[in-house]
Amino acid sequence: MSLLELKNVTQRFGGVVAVNDVSMTVEEGEVFALVGPNGAGKSTVFNLLSRFYTPAEGTIRFNGHDVLALAPDQVPDLGIARTFQNIELFENSTVLYNLLIGRHRHRTSNMFTDLIFTPGVRAAEKEHREAVEEVIDFLDLQAYRDKMIAGLPYGVRKVVELGRALATKPKLLLLDEPASGLSVEETQDMAFWIEDIQKQMGITVLMVEHDMGLVSAVSTRVMALAEGAELATGTAVEVQSHPAVIEAYLGTSGIQKAGHQPNKKKDNAA
Amino acid sequence: MDFLQLVISGLANGCVYGLIALGFVMIYKATEAVNFAQGDFMMFGAFICLGLTNTAHLGLNFWLAVPIAIATMGALGYAVDRTVIRQMFGQSQVAIVILTIALGFILRFAAGTIWSHEPVSLETPFAGQSITFGGVVLGVNEILIIVVTVILTVLLYFFFSRTRLGVAMQAASQNQLAAYYMGIPVKRIQSLVWALSGALAAIAGILFAAKGAIEPNVGLLGIKAFAAAAIGGFGSLPGALVGGLIIGVVEQVTSRYGITGLSQIAPYALLLLVLIVRPGGLFSQTQKKKV
Amino acid sequence: MRFVFKTSYDADINWFKHKYQAFWYVLLLAIMLAAPLFIGSYFIGEFALVLIFSVAAMGLMLLTGHTGLPSLGHAAFMAMGCFANVLMLNAGIPWLIAFPLSGIIAGLAGTLIMLPVLRLHGVYLALATLALSILIADIVVLAEPWTGGVAGMIVPPISLFGQEIDRFGTPFLFYYVCLAVTVLVVMLYRNLLRSPLGRSFLAIRDSEVSAQAMGIHLAQTKARSLFLSATFAGLAGALFGHSAGYVNSETFDLVLSINLLIMIVIGGLGFMHGAFLGAVVYTVIPLALAIFRTFLQTAFDININIPGMEAGIFAGILIIMLLFEPMGLYGVWLKLRTYFELFPFYRKDMFKRQKSYLKTERVQ
Repeated sequence: MSLLELKNVTQRFGGVVAVNDVSMTVEEGEVFALVGPNGAGKSTVFNLLSRFYTPAEGTIRFNGHDVLALAPDQVPDLGIARTFQNIELFENSTVLYNLLIGRHRHRTSNMFTDLIFTPGVRAAEKEHREAVEEVIDFLDLQAYRDKMIAGLPYGVRKVVELGRALATKPKLLLLDEPASGLSVEETQDMAFWIEDIQKQMGITVLMVEHDMGLVSAVSTRVMALAEGAELATGTAVEVQSHPAVIEAYLGTSGIQKAGHQPNKKKDNAA
Repeated sequence: MDFLQLVISGLANGCVYGLIALGFVMIYKATEAVNFAQGDFMMFGAFICLGLTNTAHLGLNFWLAVPIAIATMGALGYAVDRTVIRQMFGQSQVAIVILTIALGFILRFAAGTIWSHEPVSLETPFAGQSITFGGVVLGVNEILIIVVTVILTVLLYFFFSRTRLGVAMQAASQNQLAAYYMGIPVKRIQSLVWALSGALAAIAGILFAAKGAIEPNVGLLGIKAFAAAAIGGFGSLPGALVGGLIIGVVEQVTSRYGITGLSQIAPYALLLLVLIVRPGGLFSQTQKKKV
Repeated sequence: MRFVFKTSYDADINWFKHKYQAFWYVLLLAIMLAAPLFIGSYFIGEFALVLIFSVAAMGLMLLTGHTGLPSLGHAAFMAMGCFANVLMLNAGIPWLIAFPLSGIIAGLAGTLIMLPVLRLHGVYLALATLALSILIADIVVLAEPWTGGVAGMIVPPISLFGQEIDRFGTPFLFYYVCLAVTVLVVMLYRNLLRSPLGRSFLAIRDSEVSAQAMGIHLAQTKARSLFLSATFAGLAGALFGHSAGYVNSETFDLVLSINLLIMIVIGGLGFMHGAFLGAVVYTVIPLALAIFRTFLQTAFDININIPGMEAGIFAGILIIMLLFEPMGLYGVWLKLRTYFELFPFYRKDMFKRQKSYLKTERVQ
């Protein structure tokens, strides 16, 4: 059984069909990338998975559970964690606190034990901190541990957001444009981390990415979307050479060879 | 006839609420800030006019005092934006809410110090005059309030939807950065809006003071105007006026037919009801944040 | 600057970062405990007021400063706590039970009443709480048989272990009661901030979308914050009743709600210390003015008595704070401390934050 399974999912916003009858499966342990031009519906798929939107049609199953039956705050409990395209961190807290909030789904205390701070809460806190320190070590965030997010550079915020998602100890990690706005070196670091996340931690990764260099480097399978519909699915090379994909990126006259980074422009609008 | 009289009196009150609410909405539309001191602006404008025209003070001609008061309040609005609000550029909405509440305290303090805390009424040439129309006695001041309010609302509506400056004001509120890029002088526009709403507050204040006595705490009336603005959805000028009228009429009718105490709380109960049932107001403009 | 070499997670979790920090707070507590030895009964009453307002401000700080939900209606929760306390005392329930219960009643009632508006944000929430505050003040008038309405009612003294405690008869004991309640609330608050629930409050303050994506249930968490906030305010209200000795429908009016909000902004939004600093400023202004007035009168025979001056000055301080030091008095302290710790290497832009531009969430 696949880890994640979308069946005939359709999402409309008014008259616009953002996701049109998309079906896909993500197998355990793979890195699955969604590519496509701006407005192809990639981020909408993520927001459907996070239950920020409810699709008009279709089913979403994760690990045997019906995702659509859950509220947005119950999705992380299944083991799905995500990052955001435009970085949604807790700006007025430190990096450490941001990561600790990632541990929310593993909390064992309630309001009353929290207020009294029983020895049990203290023990649990230590566990949370241990788990968070592992993430900090993994992502080399030591230097920023006690810094406020509000003063951090963009690249570091991106990493903190990845860290916060990892702190939830997910089964499936949703990365929304992990390399957008990053420098070449930072993108390389990101590629290594994604590989480690997949191979060492055994976390399945579903990502939306424009940087085809990163996509080819890390992904096992790629799905290309355009105007909300699936164009092609396969390995990075297969998808890039698929005629429909070339057409979607370069228009009908796209006879010349498709480049590795067909669309570097930052996608702010979608 | 009795009921009609009641409704008209309520409409006149509602127009004052509506005018104050127009002030909120204008500032909200153009700067996304909410001016909790709008009611105190109104009170201050009324006091300026009163200070100029009442015989106990300067004793100027009423028709001379009115434009001076309106101009002064416009200048005050402009000054408030230049010296205080502009420094808050980019801070949260709530910070500006608290700031304007504090401004209101200071205006109340200033008015009390300059003109005393006793209730006084504005001496107008048309005080006490009335017209009988088909058995209904209408005060000239009530008619004036309604006429002026309708004219102002129509003018403002066209200003925001038809003129370049009005459209630029709206653009400036929706995305400051993008508006900058488009060459809109965002800061100057914000100051203009504050000046405009100051002048509007003065008009509301003069009309209100022509109808009854004022004292520094009358600015708290602004809260009822909030109810009006919220019913209208905070982003709609006609909505604000309609909200004001609803509040005004409901208040009058409940005070006549309801249990004691009900008319006092009716505006707030209405405000709550609208916020609970339709958080965006009856003319909703909000949507969920995109991620 | 002191560098703490952390060798265990406890170092981060503990109340105090290191022994020296603990020393300063213990010293502060010792001074507070010894205060009755040095100052007279009038000023000890003012000290008690500072503590009461601190507790109320902590309640509001939890909701506004830490959960990001502005409230212009906290005086209403104080009223609930106060009237619940008085009613229970009059019914013969011992203070030791009635007092904590009055907090919990305020918390529960406040949460129930506010529940429908908790999904609102920013200005809309401020407006809704404002309306609630006014409504509750009117309900106090309408519920005359229980609350005494406009005429008001007398608050019975605290009776604890056979000892009658009231502000005028035994001001020092009353001060100790207030101090004990304050210390208790501080401990609970501090515990909250280092535990998962407190962190989820911070998460909601900064990004609701993200908080949800981390598994935080928005409505439940906000309701908890509100419950605790209203409970603290209710306790403060009950103490305030004892301090005033007599309460009526105007004791807990809108102006008090607004003043509480101004207090926490002056003190420093988002810092527990801010609640105390704000309460001190709020209590000191009228005192200082009164002293100044007496001085003018005795020395120069000048008599100034302008009503509303306290409020005007308080508002003026707030505006100055917002313009020049948005982190409040606690922010001033943080900067001063950093300046001396790093002397002479302090840079002016050390606390500078990125400017953010406003983007509407409306569609036209």
